[in-house]
Amino acid sequence: MKRGHVIGLGIIAIAIVIIMTSIGDASSYENFTTALEMKKGGEDKAIHVVGHLKKDPAGEVLGLNVRDDKVSFTFMLVDNEGIEQEVFYNEPVPADFTRSESVVVIGAYKNDEIFIADKILMKCPSKYQETEVQAAGM
Amino acid sequence: MTIVAFVSAIVTAYAYYNYFKANELEKAGWRRFSRISFAIHGVSATLIAFSLFEIIYSHRFEYFYAYSHSSKALPVHYMISSFWEGQEGAFILWIFWNVVLGAILIRVNKIWEAPVMIVFALVQAFLVSMILGVVIGDLRIGSSPFILLRDATQAPIFQINPDFVPEDGTGLNPLLQNIWMVIHPPTLFLGYASTLVPFAFLMGGLITKRYSEWIRPALPWAIFSAMILGMGIIMGAYWAYVTLNFGGYWNWDPVENAVYVPWLIMVAAIHTMITFKKSATALKTSIVLVILSFILVLYATFLVRSGVLGDSSVHSFTDLGLSGQLLIYMLFFAVIAIFFSARAWKHIPTSDKEASVYSREFWIFIGATTLGLMAFQVILPTSIPVWNAIVEGFGGISNMAPPADQIEFYTKFQLWFAVVLALLTAVGQFFWWQKIDAKTLKDALITPYIISVLISAAIIVLTKVYDWQYIIVVLAGTFTITANSVILLRLVRRATFKLAGGSLAHIGLGMVLIGIMFSSGYSDVISINMSGLTYSNSWEDELNKEHVLLWINKPTQMKDYTVIYRGRQKKVVGIPEYVPAKILESTDNINEALALADYKDYFKKGEMVNLVLEENDYFNVEYYQNETLKFSLNPMSQFNEGMGGLISSPDSKIYFDQDLYTYVAAMNDHSDPDWKEDEIYEAAPGDQFHVADFVTYFDGAEVLKEVDGYILQEGDVAVKAKLRILDYDVEKILEPTFIIRNNQVGKIPVIDSELGLKISLENILPEDNKFVFKVNQYQKDYVVMKAIVKPYINILWVGTIIMLTGFSIAIFRRFDEFKKMRDKGLEV
Repeated sequence: MKRGHVIGLGIIAIAIVIIMTSIGDASSYENFTTALEMKKGGEDKAIHVVGHLKKDPAGEVLGLNVRDDKVSFTFMLVDNEGIEQEVFYNEPVPADFTRSESVVVIGAYKNDEIFIADKILMKCPSKYQETEVQAAGM
Repeated sequence: MTIVAFVSAIVTAYAYYNYFKANELEKAGWRRFSRISFAIHGVSATLIAFSLFEIIYSHRFEYFYAYSHSSKALPVHYMISSFWEGQEGAFILWIFWNVVLGAILIRVNKIWEAPVMIVFALVQAFLVSMILGVVIGDLRIGSSPFILLRDATQAPIFQINPDFVPEDGTGLNPLLQNIWMVIHPPTLFLGYASTLVPFAFLMGGLITKRYSEWIRPALPWAIFSAMILGMGIIMGAYWAYVTLNFGGYWNWDPVENAVYVPWLIMVAAIHTMITFKKSATALKTSIVLVILSFILVLYATFLVRSGVLGDSSVHSFTDLGLSGQLLIYMLFFAVIAIFFSARAWKHIPTSDKEASVYSREFWIFIGATTLGLMAFQVILPTSIPVWNAIVEGFGGISNMAPPADQIEFYTKFQLWFAVVLALLTAVGQFFWWQKIDAKTLKDALITPYIISVLISAAIIVLTKVYDWQYIIVVLAGTFTITANSVILLRLVRRATFKLAGGSLAHIGLGMVLIGIMFSSGYSDVISINMSGLTYSNSWEDELNKEHVLLWINKPTQMKDYTVIYRGRQKKVVGIPEYVPAKILESTDNINEALALADYKDYFKKGEMVNLVLEENDYFNVEYYQNETLKFSLNPMSQFNEGMGGLISSPDSKIYFDQDLYTYVAAMNDHSDPDWKEDEIYEAAPGDQFHVADFVTYFDGAEVLKEVDGYILQEGDVAVKAKLRILDYDVEKILEPTFIIRNNQVGKIPVIDSELGLKISLENILPEDNKFVFKVNQYQKDYVVMKAIVKPYINILWVGTIIMLTGFSIAIFRRFDEFKKMRDKGLEV
């Protein structure tokens, strides 16, 4: 076999390893029901759940519970299927958290009651979609 | 103006096409016409840029762009950042750079002008179409930066008053209010723009059937492009390090990956191009890589700006409806490039000779392959959202998400690839400068090898690197540094410093590798919470809390330091240090405050001072060791309603061998305090009592002759009580006032927002010689902070500078080569 072929095969092998690990390490979007099933099925992999904060009709966030030392908190997230779940996040409350339109939590169930987020992504009302112009100076 | 630019771009392409096709007689005419047309295009593009800046500079808030990206309080240099905060501005910047590059190419090149400029003009036409903002039926082409606010929004105010012009804009994202954001985007876009140059030369070469000659003029530009892109990436990383608070300089965010990948490919392309120049191999690889780097830049733009990343990136842009256009742009050039290279493929000279293991071609090829694999490993997962979009486009369901821990995921590959690269550069450089066989190679490498093992051993022992993975990184890094230094020394001794670009760049690579290993691998969070709080859940106790809560004035232990938060500060124009916020009261005017007390020699009580960005608070945190103040850091945060709350920037103590990096993650909101119920205290002068937890001395009271803000009349009585409150090592004087006028009582309470106290003098009981105080509590001021030690991060920064210097030397050398050949009339 020529050396060129060996190298070519090597490259293909590495490329396959890369593709396989990319698929293997890729996370997935779930909802709380499927996430809980995964946990019960013994899967501990971190997954993404998209949802929004639980709010009362006036728009106040419900279920936000900041620990006394202010370095962690729990909150209620409602996923796209409408299922509520208490989520724990081991970081201070992000500044624009209560304003967010939708929240993506990346993490896994710790036990049946609590979902632990390793990371939170927030979509905040974008400036581009803002239709209210401040009437200052009127 | 935009339309002029668009039309002139197309005309230029057409004219250059004719110039290219025309016979000798007509050539001169077409060339003049082409150049004029390009000049018109250039002027109109410049005017577009100028108009947009004018709109921002003159605060014309009737324009949407100025309204949504700027504000009156913004200093001029940040207005420049406003210019490219929006996508339209970024496209204008890109267009502008292309014009500059095109103009240089016309001046520098003789026979390449026509084919190269056809490609240029076509690219420009696509780019300008992005900001065209023309609506034909349902089809919207481009998004114009010049639309008026009233057309951009459906705000009800415009129905009442169509001529309404807002007083002020919504401001620039405070994260972009940083000097690096003024220079980082232009650099990056120059990098983007410059990938076009090698691509244009390649296309020119393919069209004119000069399959290999395009390399010479293209090479200096390819190196230039890699250098500028690399510089843009580093600036971005540095900006992230000094302004963003994710705790580092690189996050493997899709936006970052999207630039990193074309850069890798461009670097690979440089290497194969140089190989080709030396030995007529690797031409096909070079062609593929040059095309790939150009297309990947377009793909990066598509990823970042089409909204396809959705919620997988923290800072992706919203969709302006340009995704279709971007896709067409990318596919157009991809198809053209593939078409021309496929047509030319069998004519492209190759060498059938099997590259020997002892040839530089072989090692360069392995190196380029490694770079390619690195790029592949990054672009694949980054494209997961695209994959989902495609599957969904065909009606399927795909719920793939990017890896949950991106840093770990990418690092485990990239680190080892980088180690391989470092080893390759060390070995490769020796092949570079001489033809050698196995024995001479061994002789040449043995000295650097021994030196680097010794140095590594020293590093490993001194810095306690005991992880086997990191030990390998240190070895690889020092090996490439020493091996390349040996080459460098030889070159310098022969006084051919011009050739030193390669070895310098590789030394830089080694340093970057070691710097990254230390600063990331050994970064140490020292702000571990030790509040001793027990949680209701046992699992919660096991988690490390990586932030500390600092109450004002309360010393808190943090690894080797005792830290004390001392309160908020502001930046005042003309004063080199921060000024405590408590002695400044903001007025109704933007960036103006009233001084409530004297401050050193800088201002007196009652003066008006100008603030630098009044929304910015700098939190003063003092660091003590052995009871002595070592230094203090002032991480910044800005409460910005329009941008969605708190935005904070870190502050770092920079040592020679490490950085102590800190940022504020949460803070007290005392703008609208929720006072607790009244507490009543009775005290006689000289008494000591406790208010909340504070030891308080009532030192006495005095009758006032005058009171700030009140005009005392005949018969009025004003009494001021003096309370001394101790909070750790700080003593505060609070003086509530009590006024009696015609049997009416007026009370002027004092509020101390740092202590979270409101105290008023409620009553005076002369018969008991007692004073009655009413106290309301809120909350003491606090910050929640994170602190990380990043060792040897300076090696990383120095390494990048050395690497960029290497690139610059290489550009100079290659361009010089090209120029000499051209002037000899050999520019074939």
